[in-house]
Amino acid sequence: MKNLGRRTFVFGSAAVVGGFALGYYAYKKPYKNPLLEDLEEGEKSLNPYVIVNKDGVTVIAPRAEMGQGVMTTLAALVAEELDVSMEQIKVIHGPASRAYFNEVLLTEAVPFTSLDESSAAKNARSATKIVTKFLGWQITGGSTSVHDAYDKMREAGAAARHMLVAAAAKKWGLNQDLLSTQGGFVTGKLDQKISYQDLAEDAVSVRPPKKVKLKNRSDWNILGTSVQRVDMQEKVDATATYGVDVRVPGMLYATVVQNPFFGGPGKYNPKNALAMRGVKHVVDLGELGIAVVATNTWYAMQAAKSLQVDWPKKKMPQDQAGHEQAVQEAFLQSRDSRNRNDGNVKKALAKPKDKIISGFFRSPYLAHATLEPMNATALWKGNRLDVWLGSQLPTRVKYLGEKITGAKSTNVHVHNVFLGGGFGRRAENDFAEQAIRLAHKLEGTPVKITWSREEDTTRDMYRPLSAAKYEAVLENDRIHALRLELAAPAVAASQASRLGLSIPGPDVTIVMAAWDAPYKIPNFQVNGYRVKQMLPVTSWRSVGASQNGFYLESIIDELAEKAGVDPVEFRLAHIEHDACRKVIEKARDLSGWTTPLAANRFRGFAFCVSFGVPVAQVIEIQKNGDKIKLHKAYIAADVGVALDPRNVKAQLQGGMLFGLSAAIKQKITVHDGRVEQTNFHLFDSLRLKEAPAIEVAILENLPSIRGIGEPGVPPAAPALANAIYRATGKRIRSMPFTDQVEFEV
Amino acid sequence: MKEAVTITVNGTERQLDVDPAMPLLWVLRDELDITGPKFGCGMSLCGACTVHIDGVAVRSCTLPVAAVTGQVSTLDGLEADSLVQTIKDAWIEHQVAQCGYCQPGQIMAAAALLKENKDPSQEDIFAAMSNLCRCGTYPRILKAIQTASSNLRARGSKP
Repeated sequence: MKNLGRRTFVFGSAAVVGGFALGYYAYKKPYKNPLLEDLEEGEKSLNPYVIVNKDGVTVIAPRAEMGQGVMTTLAALVAEELDVSMEQIKVIHGPASRAYFNEVLLTEAVPFTSLDESSAAKNARSATKIVTKFLGWQITGGSTSVHDAYDKMREAGAAARHMLVAAAAKKWGLNQDLLSTQGGFVTGKLDQKISYQDLAEDAVSVRPPKKVKLKNRSDWNILGTSVQRVDMQEKVDATATYGVDVRVPGMLYATVVQNPFFGGPGKYNPKNALAMRGVKHVVDLGELGIAVVATNTWYAMQAAKSLQVDWPKKKMPQDQAGHEQAVQEAFLQSRDSRNRNDGNVKKALAKPKDKIISGFFRSPYLAHATLEPMNATALWKGNRLDVWLGSQLPTRVKYLGEKITGAKSTNVHVHNVFLGGGFGRRAENDFAEQAIRLAHKLEGTPVKITWSREEDTTRDMYRPLSAAKYEAVLENDRIHALRLELAAPAVAASQASRLGLSIPGPDVTIVMAAWDAPYKIPNFQVNGYRVKQMLPVTSWRSVGASQNGFYLESIIDELAEKAGVDPVEFRLAHIEHDACRKVIEKARDLSGWTTPLAANRFRGFAFCVSFGVPVAQVIEIQKNGDKIKLHKAYIAADVGVALDPRNVKAQLQGGMLFGLSAAIKQKITVHDGRVEQTNFHLFDSLRLKEAPAIEVAILENLPSIRGIGEPGVPPAAPALANAIYRATGKRIRSMPFTDQVEFEV
Repeated sequence: MKEAVTITVNGTERQLDVDPAMPLLWVLRDELDITGPKFGCGMSLCGACTVHIDGVAVRSCTLPVAAVTGQVSTLDGLEADSLVQTIKDAWIEHQVAQCGYCQPGQIMAAAALLKENKDPSQEDIFAAMSNLCRCGTYPRILKAIQTASSNLRARGSKP
């Protein structure tokens, strides 16, 4: 990995830094505690993560709970250091605030691979934290939550504990060092014992410590164990509140009709819709579509269907062939990035044609298909705005609220509730902006917008379509040279344009999990090409790794086969990184890779590093005639520190199934200027009977903690494709696989 | 055009002044504030809206309220049902839910299955459990149903 320091800068963070040159003092100065604005009678807040009231301790877990268990794990960080049990605490999302900015959001946007632990790499990552501080984005994404919170939320727990102990010490006239804490109490000499609740009043006036000492791992009681999820009971009782469940007295129910051609506002006559039962208003939201407001969501949806709208089309290719063509054209244009250029690929590939191995791969656009469709509820009344929704970026919702209504920051309240899936979709804000604009127009009336599934699927912001091509030369059964060329629309640029930012320089998402792959190949070049913006694109669970993992791991498998080397041994022969090797070996052993298989059973292997997490997956399939059936799967992964092993396992299994759903079944295509797939009959996911049993092994050899929401996704497609190759001799070169092979259900 | 529709939900008779074509789901959610059944697709494709009618699992998003003839039960209304409680206990034991949005529908589908068949084979479970889960909780749903089945049978064999 030694050569990686001289690579081109990836995300242009220097330019972003330039826009926020507020100086070191401003950087060090903490954001103020947002909880202090909104405390109820008798409540005390010791820092942005801890409230103590008469009922006990409330912990703020300021990342969106969208299924990844983040509320539980983040709260456990505080509980561990505060010496309270998980059963004793209440956990909430808390307010939208810059105080909860995601510090590590851009640590992967540096010209060093995620596995690079050199001091140059560490310094570059550290510099990005100044940028994120000033961006102030409270964002859940990039598998960053645990990485971001690991120190700061343990420190918040330890600092709160320090203040409570100091208050008790003062009360009893004892030296603080003589006191101990357990289960929400401070204990002094003999039978002196006092609850945190009773100390809160005094503790708030204790000066927070400058430095705290965190527990050693060997002293952990909660972290490192599998705890009951704090949201499990209410999710099983059906009492959990998602955005779609929010009820406000006197509310109306709305839905939206948006331009299916992605152009601007349409022309229509609302008369017939307004005459329909239950309909109260038809409100034009300009670029954001048309809202139909009724006394019941179904009335609104019926009326929305009846609207005849003349929509302008967006200037983009109007059919799928045109979109595919645009990807091909990108390869002919100037390069967006060359973040990896080891050795001399051009020279190494100057061989007779029959020595060159080459191939071409592609992947389609994909929808997020969160099971809970996009929705948001808002009320504008008396110069105060309330917004209830599930958001991965609530500070942006707050900003939009201030901008649209002109309300003061302290009068805009964003209530982040449970997300019925996010996968990147809920880091976008179109649905939030619709609700805010609608509520602003219907002053005094609370209103909820719920999208139909059809709107959700046809007006998503998609995982980009993309393509890859490669040329390689083998020498002594090893890869001597590999040139990998990747073309995709730029996700970061598309997202930034909607946030009013422009990102200079190359787009890292195009080459993610490819340029930084840990394979040591003497001549290795990764070129990225930017496809023009057509359909809007955004982060989709694992982002660029979702397609690049498929490409690179299919290529490695193909080259292993040409070299006549076992695919696992072939990978090991090209990887030195110790934690990566151990992950590969673990998956090999867990799956019994070297043991013979039953008749008509075949295995495929894939290994990807994404978001700093090495993950290896093995899929075992059964071939019944011409049909393929998923039989069993195995995962090994290294997260550095597994704070909650059961939850890590659930994320890995879920990630793999998410990747398999896409690999086998899913595509979004364009016909006559609009997305063809409208609902789950045309954009389906695996069902229970199709999901294989999945064994998981979790390793902890990485030097730092990593998040696990996304890294389970990328290896799934190539592991399956590689198994199918072994079963059929057919190399799968595009997704979804069901277009090429028949699966048994 | 207006005519009253009467249905029984969680043991209570409800008179409704709604369009008889309104699907049961939207009556429950927006008229009666019963939000356990979720909206996912509106085409009976995902099962997030699953309720029981006379104990049978029904996808409520496409069923016109006027066509409802039996007793409607929703998960939030079955707190006293010991079979449902056994299933919920198994769901908690296996920590099934992730985002949780599909789980009320999954539990209602599982309850309808176990009501009919206390000892379902894996194939029986596959056939009955076609609800969509985007988080991929399927491995734990399968285990939880097997645990609930075994607990129900253990209880049934007691005098």
